[in-house]
Amino acid sequence: MTALLTIDGLTKAYPGVVANDDVSFEIQPGEVHALLGENGAGKSTLVKMIYGLVKPDSGRMTFKGAAYTPPEPRAARAAGVAMVFQHFSLFEALSVAENVALGMEDPPKPRDLAARIREVSETYGLPLDPDRLVGDLSAGERQRVEIIRCLLQDPKLLIMDEPTSVLTPQEVEILFHTLRKLSEEGTAILYISHKLEEIRALCDEATILRLGKVVATCTPREVTAAHMAELMVGKSLAAPARDEAEPGEILLKVAGLSLEPATPFGTPLRHIGFEVRAGEVLGIGGVAGNGQDELLAALSGEALTAHGAIQFKGEPIGDVPPNARRVLGILCAPEERLGHAAAPDMSLTENAVLTARLRRGLDRSGFLDWSGAKSYAETVIERFDVRTPGPDVAARALSGGNLQKYVIGREILQDPDVLVVNQPTWGVDASAAAAIRQAILDLAQGGAAVVCISQDLDELLEVSDRFCALNEGRLSAPRPARGLSMEEIGLMLGGAHDMHEADMEAAHDPA
Amino acid sequence: MIRLEKRPTPSRAWIIGAPILAVILTMIAGGLMFAILGQDPVESIRVIFLDPLFDERFAAFSRPQLLVKAGPLILIAIGLSLGFRAGIWNIGAEGQYIIGAICGAGFGLAFYPSENLLIFPGMIIAGALGGWAWAMIPAILKTRFRTNEILVSLLLVYVAEAILAQAATGFLRNPEGAGFPGSRNLARHPGTDNPEIIAGSGMHWGVLAAFIAVIAAYVLLNRHLLGYQIKLAGEAPRAARFAGVNPTRLIILCLGVSGALAGMAGLFEVAGPAGQISIDFNSGYGFTAIIVAFLGRLHPVGILLAGLLLALTFIGGELAQLMLGVPAPAIQAFQGMLLFFLLALDVLSNYRLRWKTAEVAS
Repeated sequence: MTALLTIDGLTKAYPGVVANDDVSFEIQPGEVHALLGENGAGKSTLVKMIYGLVKPDSGRMTFKGAAYTPPEPRAARAAGVAMVFQHFSLFEALSVAENVALGMEDPPKPRDLAARIREVSETYGLPLDPDRLVGDLSAGERQRVEIIRCLLQDPKLLIMDEPTSVLTPQEVEILFHTLRKLSEEGTAILYISHKLEEIRALCDEATILRLGKVVATCTPREVTAAHMAELMVGKSLAAPARDEAEPGEILLKVAGLSLEPATPFGTPLRHIGFEVRAGEVLGIGGVAGNGQDELLAALSGEALTAHGAIQFKGEPIGDVPPNARRVLGILCAPEERLGHAAAPDMSLTENAVLTARLRRGLDRSGFLDWSGAKSYAETVIERFDVRTPGPDVAARALSGGNLQKYVIGREILQDPDVLVVNQPTWGVDASAAAAIRQAILDLAQGGAAVVCISQDLDELLEVSDRFCALNEGRLSAPRPARGLSMEEIGLMLGGAHDMHEADMEAAHDPA
Repeated sequence: MIRLEKRPTPSRAWIIGAPILAVILTMIAGGLMFAILGQDPVESIRVIFLDPLFDERFAAFSRPQLLVKAGPLILIAIGLSLGFRAGIWNIGAEGQYIIGAICGAGFGLAFYPSENLLIFPGMIIAGALGGWAWAMIPAILKTRFRTNEILVSLLLVYVAEAILAQAATGFLRNPEGAGFPGSRNLARHPGTDNPEIIAGSGMHWGVLAAFIAVIAAYVLLNRHLLGYQIKLAGEAPRAARFAGVNPTRLIILCLGVSGALAGMAGLFEVAGPAGQISIDFNSGYGFTAIIVAFLGRLHPVGILLAGLLLALTFIGGELAQLMLGVPAPAIQAFQGMLLFFLLALDVLSNYRLRWKTAEVAS
């Protein structure tokens, strides 16, 4: 059998970094091929070259037996290569069918297109109504729009970039079912991920990249996840460790927290209630866009709520602004590193002042103590192993993982009583993620209460003592994380029945 | 093919080097233009850039003019730059300048003919308050009703001009002026005049205020929490809210400061170089200051230099028209070239150029 796509010695260098160095591998027709690697290993650059977004410096590609040098994505699509990106490019105010039509070279009549969308969605088990507004869809449904847009082009090779990062376990199953069906029909799939169990469940072959080079190939079903992780990271990773301890007093209590969204496509929070004790990590799972940002804003004080909806050590603080909460000891690390947790064009020293000014005394009656800020930034850099030339570097110059370590470290080193983190390891490489999780556990060990909001269920099971799920702005009742199966978690995430019961209770609760 | 590539951190060398290169390129391109118009390019450039400062015949007049013209531009631009840094767009400094001048002059004229030494300081305060109050209109409308401050502040310029016409011909008209429009001459009356601090230098109190504003803004932006919050709000509004910056307070503050400084500039102008409230005493400083603010990259020292440079091209341009008979549009084109090169080369501080071969190894 001749290979569908042959990649031979592809090299692409950017200033200061070789993103891909002499990368070679083959994909057979109908094969599900995993591309595995940490953030910054060169996966994205490689698929961008295949999809015609980036031109290689040297090397050769052969597709269906002919030389393949797509100058732009349009040519790649014409040749039969389609791609589903990690970040969707959809218009929320348009319908599914309109969004699909916008991505097509010459779209058929709206009625025919809607029929085609229904047909494809039924054939591949991807339920989707062409007339619905994209703004009303869940992340999983939005991904289906992207996939169907690709399938309508009848591709020979489908590239999927981290497709499961926004899906619930049940949605992942649906997706895998679709991908297997496609594969049986002869469509090859290039599947990019760093989730090893998924790759073992789905993929026929895997190519592992590290620092731009192919370091190994393997057949995922025949090796362990730990083995692949070692190949990917280049060293063995220790799972976060912690001692069991009795939780202490209730530090943070949320009861009957409801909040209207600030933007039209935001998610309203409905009767959220939970408690976190000293020494405890509460994990809040859920697919992005179900109210995570809004919950963090309510806890940080960026969005003010009813006086009694949030209590710190028994004191109502729902209408207390962010800096006063910091003085009390409630610190937050938002999901969006650039632009929310940190100002992109400001130096790390300036970004230290952003949240640490009051607790670390970085100003004297309004005049900023830059040398103090610099030494605090240096402390964070050193203690959290942030790889950067120094504290004068702009935040945007750091890689995602390094900036995340800086942001988390900046909060943790202020000795918070309560720390709220949202997606603490999103887009962070495996070794940095392990370090961040360990730091969160150490903080709880030291007597702080931690709320960890995350989409990564493995992460939540690893760090949390109790687990609850956020779904459409409602929070399920917390359950002990130990012994929770993926099946149960999936039901909690999908908005299972007991969530609505909990909600009803909250509605009747006079508090 | 040339490609732009974003630098990881802005280049310090280019932040300083780009304006110098821009001036050199303007001289070359402008020289070419003057040569095509039949002028000696070297002489034209010399008349514009050097003669106002160094020629014996003109320097005595034009050297003080440099400070007289640059003073209000710098004072207004410093105020505007604070708001612009925070993403608050006060486009109506011209209106605040006019209202400040009217309030300050009105205060001084109310005590006419007293020559009390406290009158001039009172006029300055009245001018600042007038400009501040005029800027509070867009500020309050924005914070209360989310109106767009660009439109409101700009349109209020035309309201201010109508009030100015009314003042000059009505409530501030000189009772001894034989019915001509215009107020009493403030500059020729001790007590209300804004004199030169050093005779023959052009350095009046407004220029001193501008220099103080430059220093104060520099300290504010580099050392003070408020300056930090201003920069943060402009660069990353969400991070600013996260850091506890109150957007409403920042809007009131930035518009208030820029209005007060513009109002003060108006008062210094009307009590000094202009001398009286007349229908058209305002010569567009409020609008030109917007250019000065951006030309100076919203940096206090940059604004100081930009104000002086722009003032120089105005004076030199007039001189070139007078001495060489260069047509006025050519001078404006020349000034346009300067702005073009300055702003175009600005890109180099954040991006580097790459010469990329079109051919890709296949």
